[in-house]
Amino acid sequence: MDLKERAAEIRKMIFKMAYRGGSGHLASAFSIVEILTVLYFGGILNIDPKNPDWAQRDKLILSKGHASLALYSVLGMKGFFPQKELQTFCKPGSEFGGEPRMGHIPGVEATTGSLGHGLSFGVGIAMAHKMNGEANRTYVIIGDGECQEGSIWEAVIAAPHHKLDNLTVILDNNRLQAMGKVEDILALRRLRESWENFGWGIATVDGHDIEKLCKCLDKDRQTEDGRPHLICADTVKGKGVSFMESEPIWHYRMPNEQELEIVLQDLGMTREELIQCEMNI
Amino acid sequence: MRNEYLAELYHLAKNDRNVLSLVSDNGMIVYDEFRAAFPEQYFNFGISECHMIAAAAGMATCGKIPFAYTISSFLAYRAYEFLRLDVCLENLNVKIVGIGTGVSYGYLGPTHHTTEDLALLRSLPNLTIFSPASPMEAREAVRAAYQIKGPVYIRLGSSGEPEVHTEKFSFEIGKGQVIFDGHDIALITSGAITAEVKIAAERLMEEGISVKLISMHTIKPFDEDLIAKTAEKVSKLAVIEEHNIIGGLGSAVAETLADRQIAIPFYRIGLYDQFAKGYGTGQQVRMQNRLDSEGIYQQISQYVKEG
Repeated sequence: MDLKERAAEIRKMIFKMAYRGGSGHLASAFSIVEILTVLYFGGILNIDPKNPDWAQRDKLILSKGHASLALYSVLGMKGFFPQKELQTFCKPGSEFGGEPRMGHIPGVEATTGSLGHGLSFGVGIAMAHKMNGEANRTYVIIGDGECQEGSIWEAVIAAPHHKLDNLTVILDNNRLQAMGKVEDILALRRLRESWENFGWGIATVDGHDIEKLCKCLDKDRQTEDGRPHLICADTVKGKGVSFMESEPIWHYRMPNEQELEIVLQDLGMTREELIQCEMNI
Repeated sequence: MRNEYLAELYHLAKNDRNVLSLVSDNGMIVYDEFRAAFPEQYFNFGISECHMIAAAAGMATCGKIPFAYTISSFLAYRAYEFLRLDVCLENLNVKIVGIGTGVSYGYLGPTHHTTEDLALLRSLPNLTIFSPASPMEAREAVRAAYQIKGPVYIRLGSSGEPEVHTEKFSFEIGKGQVIFDGHDIALITSGAITAEVKIAAERLMEEGISVKLISMHTIKPFDEDLIAKTAEKVSKLAVIEEHNIIGGLGSAVAETLADRQIAIPFYRIGLYDQFAKGYGTGQQVRMQNRLDSEGIYQQISQYVKEG
């Protein structure tokens, strides 16, 4: 399976989980599918799914925890836990809640869900690895709307100060937040330049172009220039489902029967595949 | 208490290179010795308490044992959600050390007073809370915090507090410390105000009142058994705290009495759902709020005389 096919499978899995669970931030999850595909299946992250606590592993923190559907799907496909567990998403007794929790799900490196926490948490991890002279890299995925949180800026200031070139932030720059366009709600003017001014190395990439993401993340890994890196990934919220793309209403909403037909068509999935008892895994 | 904290932290850091000292731009001069000895174990996070707490949690996932120290009001209030989610929710091994609890920063006023921290932090699952009364208790609290593999809040006063213990005592996590034993009234207190309560207790004893004085150096887990046993043996209970009467030590005692269905005359002395009034030294602010030894003595004396 090539990475594009993998991304398509992940989108299907995301929708299956949400459909069964009756909940989930679908559009936010679709926004980061290619980013996670390249990180986990494109040879970027140094990880061992059979040994999730491996001391030398790289760490990925999903600071925008509400996109958990995407992270869970990828971790399941990667083999961190049996994929059948994904069927329990948001159901009583499940560990797979709407927001990811470390220590509860193998491969989840930080408990997130309240925006503006994951980056500082990641800075602490990166600092600890620096102190120990360890080569682990730390990746943090944040949303552009999340940059409205003041605590993000405490971390933005701190990471270059500590010369954390073992830290890469991937900005899921889909330009939407819960209630509408970031630009309309609380505009983040010259966002990339702001990070650059604080001392971050900056790269920009199409967040849905697998090849470009591979090149960008490869280069990022090989660049040790004494500063942390921001990869600004231009993305489309709801990517892959035509009527969800860049439509704010789909921040936290499930499709009705009529809309479901379009989802299935867009994702290349049959209704049987969706409703079968066991997920197609 | 600050000096004892630093001395003990120095000792811990020397023996365990995973022990880290994090500060949020405070501790000029007093940290010099630590910084000189262990520069790689010291980080000034600047004025960013929330970031410091979340980063400390991240460090703890890598085996570090961060002691995050700053003015207690900024820890307990500003960084509360970071304590809740990043530290306590997943039970990470982070030590939170607040300096200047109660009205220690008397000159600076309510922005720097910490008189509701217990109400907030007592309700956080997984968090152990130490509220030492004296230098000896502070030192023991730091040692105990290191031994605990999980989040701990150490609630320090400032510096120069008198010792309330006359002999070496056995510090046990979750166990209150009886300073005087008596049967007419039990005075239950915690933190830096204990020295004031002790003076008031001595005056009452001089007047022939039999006083039991207890330092509750551990607020959580709370020594409910000691409260229950004490209530069996004394005629009245009083709690004295440098804190709002809502949610603090008095509330913890009241919860114990209610849970155990113990009926006993019970009186709380503290800030009556208000911010502390006035400016001056910490002691002068206590005085203005009737939380100095004289104010405590008068209130207890009146309470004892009431039927």
